[in-house]
Amino acid sequence: MKIYIPGDSAAQSVGADSVAVAIAAEAAKRNLDITIIRNGTRGALWLEPLVEVEKDGKRIGYPNSNSESAASILDGTHKSIGDVDSFEWLTKQDRITYKRVGIIDPLSLADYEAHGGFKGLDRAKKMSGADIVAEVTESGLRGRGGAGFPAGIKWKTVLDAKADQKYICCNADEGDSGTFADRILMEGDPFTLIEGMAIAALAVGATKGFIYIRSEYPAAIKQMRKAIEIAKPRIGDFDLRVRVGAGSYVCGEETAMLESIEGKRGVVRAKPPLPALEGLFGKPTVINNVLTLASVPEILASGAASYKSRGIGKSLGTQIFQLAGNIKQGGIVETGFGISLNELVNGYGGGTLTGKPIRAIQVGGPLGAYFGVDKLEVSADYESMLAAGGMLGHGGIVVFDDSVNLAMQARFAMEFCSIESCGKCTPCRIGSTRGVETIDLIIAGKDVAKNKELLLDLCEVMTEGSLCAMGGLTPLPVKSALSNFPDDFGGK
Amino acid sequence: MSFPKWDAAIADDVIAEFRDEPGPVLIALQAIQDRFGYVDDKAIDLIAERFNVSRAEVFGTFSYYHDLKSSLSSSVKICAAEACQALGCDSLIAEALNAGIEVEKAYCFGNCALAPAAMIGDRLIGRATLEKLK
Repeated sequence: MKIYIPGDSAAQSVGADSVAVAIAAEAAKRNLDITIIRNGTRGALWLEPLVEVEKDGKRIGYPNSNSESAASILDGTHKSIGDVDSFEWLTKQDRITYKRVGIIDPLSLADYEAHGGFKGLDRAKKMSGADIVAEVTESGLRGRGGAGFPAGIKWKTVLDAKADQKYICCNADEGDSGTFADRILMEGDPFTLIEGMAIAALAVGATKGFIYIRSEYPAAIKQMRKAIEIAKPRIGDFDLRVRVGAGSYVCGEETAMLESIEGKRGVVRAKPPLPALEGLFGKPTVINNVLTLASVPEILASGAASYKSRGIGKSLGTQIFQLAGNIKQGGIVETGFGISLNELVNGYGGGTLTGKPIRAIQVGGPLGAYFGVDKLEVSADYESMLAAGGMLGHGGIVVFDDSVNLAMQARFAMEFCSIESCGKCTPCRIGSTRGVETIDLIIAGKDVAKNKELLLDLCEVMTEGSLCAMGGLTPLPVKSALSNFPDDFGGK
Repeated sequence: MSFPKWDAAIADDVIAEFRDEPGPVLIALQAIQDRFGYVDDKAIDLIAERFNVSRAEVFGTFSYYHDLKSSLSSSVKICAAEACQALGCDSLIAEALNAGIEVEKAYCFGNCALAPAAMIGDRLIGRATLEKLK
């Protein structure tokens, strides 16, 4: 009998390990022959630890288990969501990039291949680099890290560059609060990322790769290192290594990440030169987010046409949304672009955990806009979010109930920027501190109108005068809080 | 967790592993901290000498990153970012400080659907309460 108990760190954070110990002990007591598989999470995180027991070819799910659940789970009397593969919250999603996460044993190559793994790489090996790049371009895949730049165009620049050495760098510095899709994929299906990077390497002629993972993700770091060792025979000469971040948010910015991999202070570089031409150690470098690279195997396996049949407008394929914060049913929702924010937070999410009304949502991480409920009908795709005065970013949505004060959230945006600024640009380094002070004056009711004007002026300087998104986009949450929630800023 | 006292010979062994690595300064500093629990000032000189870079470069890298510490720390890390704010991490941090727990604010452990989140060593805690931090 196979029993699946997620080894994902989110599941572990609410007790999955003690459930595994208890089930093993109970099975031994009953002389039951069981195999415990530590799968990734299915992404329905409010159900964790979600134990699945294989029975008559189905996986019966027992949610919110704890160390005292072992007997009832083995008896089949524990509260259950039935066959997990028929659980509506999951079946109505369109899982492409995430198709194996939570289903397979993350470190079993046999399991990976049995579920379609390496089909994309096997196909890519028979193609020219230019043909692989053309397929990725045709799929419409855009950078999932937040900027949404077409992956195929970036790859083509690196392919066309002449150099003795090229690199593939995976940006796994998922620092945005409210996002965790990179982490869950690396822990639950690491071979998909490795396969995607190996395909990218074939496409552009790179022989070395780095995965830059933030130090806040110790489980993902261990999992990726193990997976790289196991996958070595399948990726041939492609030399792939993990580098670990050191607690700097700005290292999620691609050029700061390159500096950090080179062992230096994570200070942003000026562009041009583009990293695609002069990237890591000055060589042409493909830099993509985890989800971008992890989407590539399926694009190669099933073809560009299948991938781009999903989505809306110029946002093609699927997005892996992450529902977070004060939310009843938080977790991973992979579906085509174009779903409404309402369907995500109220449909999938079921509203707030506290049961109070939603007052605000922040979409796209700490640099994303705060919206009120009047914006919930907006379509979640790159262009619509931009038109609504926000950005989709890495697809994280943080929900707040009616106890939130948006002036305090705006203050935090500035404070976070002052803590995490790399210090290169004056508007970001100094402006963020002045921003905190100015918002404090507004909160204290001092010269409110004058200080609001000053704050908007400061925001303009930061937006226009900063090299990267840290200083450039910190004004987005501040200004959106000001315009969408004026009552929180001293009345008028 | 217990760490050995600073020992130049051990430190030299720790960083020798990175002799052929490109851009070794940060990974050497991280390895020193993993081994000793902090980065001793003498490690800065040692790394500078072994990798033939200036002390300023090594110190610059060391001082830039929040993770790298100049003394042993046993704090509990509590996430203070937006998703955890939405479920009251600020009051959790206040409670923990009141209870005499050494707290370091962190910004996101990727456990945002099970907020508030905290981390002790490498162990992630979801739906964190004061009770779970003790």
